[in-house]
Amino acid sequence: MILKGRSIFPGYAKATTLVTHMGISFYGGVDPKTGIVVEKDHELEGQSIAGKLLVFPSGKGSTVGSYTLYRLAKNGLAPAGIVNANCETITAVGCIIAEIPCIDQIDIKQIPQQVQAELDATSAQLTW
Amino acid sequence: MKLRPEEKAMLNGEYGKAVQKAMQILDTLGRVYGAESMLPVNSVQISGVSYANLGEAGLAWLAEMAAGGSRVRILTTLNPAGMDIENWRALGIDEDFARNQMRVLEVFESMGVVSTCSCTPYLFGNLPRFGEHIAWAESSAVCYANSVLGARSNREGGPSALASALTGVTPAYGFHLDAQRKPTVSVLVKADVQGTWRFGALGKAIGDKLQGQQQVAYIQGIAQANLEELKSFCASFATYGGAALFHMQGITPEAACFQAPPETLEITESDLKRANTELNSASAAEVDFVSLGCPHLSLREVARIAELLAGKKVKKEFWITTSRPVKGMADRAGYSALIEAAGAKFAVDTCCVVAPIRGRFNAMLSDSAKACYYAQAKNKFKTRLLPFDEVVKESLK
Repeated sequence: MILKGRSIFPGYAKATTLVTHMGISFYGGVDPKTGIVVEKDHELEGQSIAGKLLVFPSGKGSTVGSYTLYRLAKNGLAPAGIVNANCETITAVGCIIAEIPCIDQIDIKQIPQQVQAELDATSAQLTW
Repeated sequence: MKLRPEEKAMLNGEYGKAVQKAMQILDTLGRVYGAESMLPVNSVQISGVSYANLGEAGLAWLAEMAAGGSRVRILTTLNPAGMDIENWRALGIDEDFARNQMRVLEVFESMGVVSTCSCTPYLFGNLPRFGEHIAWAESSAVCYANSVLGARSNREGGPSALASALTGVTPAYGFHLDAQRKPTVSVLVKADVQGTWRFGALGKAIGDKLQGQQQVAYIQGIAQANLEELKSFCASFATYGGAALFHMQGITPEAACFQAPPETLEITESDLKRANTELNSASAAEVDFVSLGCPHLSLREVARIAELLAGKKVKKEFWITTSRPVKGMADRAGYSALIEAAGAKFAVDTCCVVAPIRGRFNAMLSDSAKACYYAQAKNKFKTRLLPFDEVVKESLK
């Protein structure tokens, strides 16, 4: 299966998908020291986003969230890649400064949970 | 996205790594939001200054951007830091935090950023004119600049504001464009609104109803509003409603350019009461922290505090948060001496939202709806909202 979208930050990643249909607030919602989602009642609460192909509709919350993605990257806990339905500024800026491959304009409902997938963010393509 | 030759050269790395990264940020935002080109800007306000919010990684990123002698190209001012740069010890800030906060300021200063450390840059020299394109972060200042001054800014974050400072441009989308500044919903205020605390409650009442909708409100029914009331309203409306721009009939400069949209939201006294109740979770007896200056106080507000405190003694921990330039004027006018003799403390360069004060107090009293939001959400304080003068008088009890 191949899905094509729009490139936000180029790069390549091969990893396991972690899919949520809830928005993610990186500032306050993800612990930068562990990579674990800590937002109460979030679908991914308690799960680590480190090294995953993280699939979610859109970011939310404080603009400080861009720095959280950078902190995760510095700690080796960033997602391997990010796939969004609609990328907003917090996630876009976070991916640029943390150098995380990212694409958007993807119908994320089609992406299965926990499969090996390849993200080519330069040509804006997700394959599994 | 059509880039000019110099912008292309920046993106290709001909101006160094930091400028390249800066242009990558702006180019990507431009593509994501469908901008056709970049716009030159002459004024930047950067948020994300408190070490408490940046952490070591945020500081590392800033240091990376500063490496190799990067310099801002345009007037760039800074949001409040996590402490009073001169007087942090007296305010109970620990040594480690102070050292790290100074590292943040040094990195900004090395790039030529003016370390004003205030959320009200428009009160002292970073004052854009009507129609001017700017790249500001700090939600309350963006809302004030767009709405009250008629300047044009999107709601930038710390990295994108710095990117504009290093390149002198911002992508042309959102509130830079005429079409996006058109009001989309009318708000009819059917209540008498006076004083900073009531304007703050109004910002929450409207913001609670419009949050997440990205509407531009056309507000009717406000007879008068001074600088301080608008400053309070902007902070609250941005905090609770995510608003970056509104028009207020008879008050803000672009309101006259537009008709009121047909879809109308009414705000009544009961909406204001509800907002007020939610901001008053503490009893008078529980208050152990009094805070004025969210957003940073104007000179007129500092003068009023001095008048009310002259010859008296405060009985509670009372922080007066303002900018260094306003404090300087207050020193010269003799206000600071009266305030300090009464035992209230100036917390310059910082504020109760970004200072690391969680766990130090139980309940905060303020005239600011925005301060109440962060006190409750971030610092887990109970809050009490009263008129400005009443806040000062309560500090004496």
